[in-house]
Amino acid sequence: MTTSTAGGDDTVSGVPIVLDEVSKVYPGQERPAVDRVSLELPAGRTTVFVGPSGCGKTTTMRMINRLIEPTSGTITIDGRDNRDLDADTLRRSIGYAIQASGLFPHMTVAQNVGTVPRLLKWKKARIADRVDQMLELVGLDPGDYRGRYPAQLSGGQQQRVGVARALAADPPVLLMDEPFGAVDPITRASLQDELIRLQDELHKTIVFVTHDFNEAVRLGDRIAVLGPGSSVLQFDSPEAILANPADATVAGFIGDDAALKTLTLRRVGDVGLGQATTARESESPAEFAARVRSSSDEWAVVLDDSGRPLRWVRGDRVAQMPDLRSGGQPVVGTVTVDATLQEALDGLLSTASATTVVVDRDGAYRGTIGIDDLVGELRRIHHSHNDQGDPA
Amino acid sequence: MTATAGRPTARGVSARLLVQPLLILVAAGGVLWWAFSGELDDTQRASLNAASLTQRTLEHIQITVAVVAIVVAVAVPLGILLTRRRTRFLAPVAIGIANIGQAAPAIGLIVLLFLATNRTGFWIGVLPVAVYSLLPVLRNTIVGIRNVDPALIDAARGQGMTTGRVLRTVELPLAVPFILAGLRTTLVLAVGTATLCFLVDAGGLGIFIDTGYRLQDHTTLVVGSVLAVALALFVDWLGGVGEVLFNQRGLR
Repeated sequence: MTTSTAGGDDTVSGVPIVLDEVSKVYPGQERPAVDRVSLELPAGRTTVFVGPSGCGKTTTMRMINRLIEPTSGTITIDGRDNRDLDADTLRRSIGYAIQASGLFPHMTVAQNVGTVPRLLKWKKARIADRVDQMLELVGLDPGDYRGRYPAQLSGGQQQRVGVARALAADPPVLLMDEPFGAVDPITRASLQDELIRLQDELHKTIVFVTHDFNEAVRLGDRIAVLGPGSSVLQFDSPEAILANPADATVAGFIGDDAALKTLTLRRVGDVGLGQATTARESESPAEFAARVRSSSDEWAVVLDDSGRPLRWVRGDRVAQMPDLRSGGQPVVGTVTVDATLQEALDGLLSTASATTVVVDRDGAYRGTIGIDDLVGELRRIHHSHNDQGDPA
Repeated sequence: MTATAGRPTARGVSARLLVQPLLILVAAGGVLWWAFSGELDDTQRASLNAASLTQRTLEHIQITVAVVAIVVAVAVPLGILLTRRRTRFLAPVAIGIANIGQAAPAIGLIVLLFLATNRTGFWIGVLPVAVYSLLPVLRNTIVGIRNVDPALIDAARGQGMTTGRVLRTVELPLAVPFILAGLRTTLVLAVGTATLCFLVDAGGLGIFIDTGYRLQDHTTLVVGSVLAVALALFVDWLGGVGEVLFNQRGLR
């Protein structure tokens, strides 16, 4: 390692991007492709441009790295006009990942990932180090993959290499144009999770273009819902947009399942969990019965000695039990604290119960969550966004 | 997908590349053995001997090499130029002119250049043959570069490559298979047409064919023709080897 500029630390490395009255009119076309768009994209956050095809969202993104030059208006990156530098130099400081990866088929994975460092004239050894580091970052074993050609990779692996290439020179800004549009749904979901994990680590300013609202909700800290001419229909957090769509067009774009989508935004660990009365199976039933009686719970939970939930027992039966090592009903359908509320709901529905046990990553008891908790959380989200007034 | 689909054709190609030189050796060796094992009269011995055979073959190769050098030096840069944004519109015009060059009989081009310059010699033979065999490389350079996926060029530009660098590191390498295929056609055209260069005293194996025809000397005529064919096949084989060696890995 020759310098300390390479990424990997937890500080916010992103910078803010401001679009001010940006327009693009193509010669011979009456209507502007992008019509006086103003947006402030926060530093170190993922902003998703979402909208129907042809609404100008890609054009808007491509004006940031000047693959398309705006007809009027200004774009500043970290306070500097993006026309201060020549376009090629500017682009070397902005990561760029596109649909179907855009990897060069005649270059190895290592050569592809090293594209921008080579343009920046890094030393060979530093590029090689960086390539290995980036491949590890996106979950590909460097020894196995660096010498392969793109044709020898699956679609998902190609996308990972595409992301590694975009990040190789540690740019503060990353532009992603439907990067996961050409892979199957399962691979797409895992790539999305991977991007969330990367962003938690790297804190880049990411501009992500998609026409898939679910993807926008999943990835975006902020979502810009764009209409014709790239007009900003709504620009807010996913929660706020789901809770309070600005108009009928946005509501139509969200679809009928706004509430279900809202449940994907919160993790089980983020909400207040219920607490059942619990006992280790080595404890005496009498003492447990006393505790249960005082809590007046209908059901209680027996844990094993390392704190993992074993069985539900009825509160009024505990007193008659000889010991806690048998009896009751096994605990099924537990959810982890990392699960989304939507997954918790699915768990509840699939076991046809009103309450389920929440465990931490090691499987130890953390609390309970029920239908009522989910409804309460949804109500809270709705109220908080409706009270804040109209964001549009 | 690419790896498995590539294998059978690769095997077919390498089999052909092994068999072809054997056929060439049999044809060339056979015709020489046939000519020299029989009785040759004095005039035949004057034209058909080791020294003249070597010299004419070398001349023929020189003509071919010169033609190919000219074609590569002219057609590849011209092809690149005709795919650039500002000059793209000229491509049909240039292809049209090159088409005329190839459609006109090579013998006509040679005679026309002789009449226009009133000179003979090596270059008066080489230049018309070069014009005649320019088209395949020119057309394939243009097709090869146009064939590059626009998304790759977008990705390259988006990473911050200059247009020149995109050309050198993305467009040209990806066009190489096309250019090599064109070059192979050009080689075969050039080596075949070079048999006409004797008309302007540029030498080559055509001299044996001419002599044999004029003197009604069957042996000389056959030796000249078979050697010209063998040389054409050999050059085609070289082109095939070149395609295997120089094509980009990862593309097959």
